[in-house]
Amino acid sequence: MIRLENVHKAFASGHAALGGVDLEVARGEVFGIIGRSGAGKSTLVRLLNGLERPSTGTVSIDGTNVSSLSGEGLRTLRRRVGMIFQNFGLLSSRTVFDNVALPLRIAGADKARIAERVPELLARVGLIDHGGKYPAQLSGGQKQRVGIARALATGPDILLCDEATSALDPETTRSILTLIADLNRELGLTIVLITHEMEVVRQVCDRVAVLHAGRVVETGSVAQVFLDPKAAETRAMLDEGSDHAAPIAFDGPIIRLTLRGDAILQPVLTRIARETGTDFAILDGRIGRFKDASFGQLTLGLTGGDTAAALAALRQHGEVSE
Amino acid sequence: MSDWFANVDWSEIAQASLDTLTMLGGSLLLTILLGLPLGVLLFLTSPGQVWQNRAVSGVLALAVNLLRSVPFIILLIVMIPLTVLLVGTSLGVAGAIPPLVVGAAPFFARLVESALREVDRNTIEAVQAMGATTRDLVFRALLPEALPGIIAAATVTAIALVSFTAMAGAVGAGGLGDLAIRFGYQRFQTDVMLVTVVLLLVLVQFLQMAGDRLVRHFTRR
Repeated sequence: MIRLENVHKAFASGHAALGGVDLEVARGEVFGIIGRSGAGKSTLVRLLNGLERPSTGTVSIDGTNVSSLSGEGLRTLRRRVGMIFQNFGLLSSRTVFDNVALPLRIAGADKARIAERVPELLARVGLIDHGGKYPAQLSGGQKQRVGIARALATGPDILLCDEATSALDPETTRSILTLIADLNRELGLTIVLITHEMEVVRQVCDRVAVLHAGRVVETGSVAQVFLDPKAAETRAMLDEGSDHAAPIAFDGPIIRLTLRGDAILQPVLTRIARETGTDFAILDGRIGRFKDASFGQLTLGLTGGDTAAALAALRQHGEVSE
Repeated sequence: MSDWFANVDWSEIAQASLDTLTMLGGSLLLTILLGLPLGVLLFLTSPGQVWQNRAVSGVLALAVNLLRSVPFIILLIVMIPLTVLLVGTSLGVAGAIPPLVVGAAPFFARLVESALREVDRNTIEAVQAMGATTRDLVFRALLPEALPGIIAAATVTAIALVSFTAMAGAVGAGGLGDLAIRFGYQRFQTDVMLVTVVLLLVLVQFLQMAGDRLVRHFTRR
């Protein structure tokens, strides 16, 4: 549905933000783009609704070349691409109702349509009683909900999220992400989500691209990129703030075991320990959930018994790497 | 009381006050009508904005700076031919208004531009991302968002115009400032000076208070 081919973007200052990006986003998926600040994420997402134009390469949505559009053509496209922002981008001089009504007014909707549609949108984001308030009277999470209602006003089929949760606390972030996931499921929205937080990607995304210095260094399903990162930049980002990368001294073979889905519910380790006489030391580990699957990843030290048989048994339940 | 203000001709003071208010009202209105679009244009053509255009923005900036750097008293004299062309005379209240506007509009335009710069970048992008035309962007987002800043700019401009009107006395425009110079300064009539200065102070104070109150009224942050 969204396709970027060999996209380069250099600014007038000479600063190159993107250096040859290829990406494809399928209809109905939540696609994450993760990278550190300065990686080019914001530029990339702005190419999708023509807020920025590529220096070379093409950006297309459903086969329409976005960068070839201007005037009315571009405005029509923008009505089907909603966008939400880190700083919300609400008009401080307008009430919540008027903020949500703005895209409708711009699109030329009449009063009756606005009076019908805005309460619908406010109800959708859980702010039905807040229409008369000004943005300054709302919490950060509520402001972003207004931003979402506004982005949905013209009935888009794509939603762009530019660091939409970066200004929010963890709990509010979770509730906004839940709302985004609901919209994806219920309205079939295709969502492109820019973030620097792995947690955000883990919670809502189906697939993810890792952006580093203006290039995509890795793309894949969230599980694949999380549990088995190929690019050094991805590993560095995953290891941030944890000590996973620290070398472990253990007298015996060390393996990494990755269990997915229902496998984490099974008493794998103790059963294999009993059967093979091998004991396991758990050196490192994490267990969690992706958007729709669970995972467990353990770093194990093996000692005693029939370690070869233990390894073979482990391989039947999950992926083992040494 | 009458001894203290022996030189004060109260009917002349009244006429001068009226002249000052007429000059101020007329020139402020025209300054806003001219300066507001100019300020919006300065903003829109600046780098990173929707109409970014180095040539236009450069020429506008040069024109604005040129007018702002000419001392007002010089502007009054240099503009005489143009003033005569516009209002038929270079004298009196009518003759003072064109130079007052030309002196104040670039100043106001700059203040409007900086008020527009205060509008959150994400807000501008959000409105563009809705499929807004530039006209929508200006009238539905930029001007409403910057309104408190624009009112504050108009207040500062109005007060600057009050002091400009004093100089306009040099072309026989009349007004309180003119009275202060002709009687208070040139004839050492301290009482006339005192009365006019107090009246000007009251005017400035009133403008500032009214401006501040309007700014508060329109601020929703």
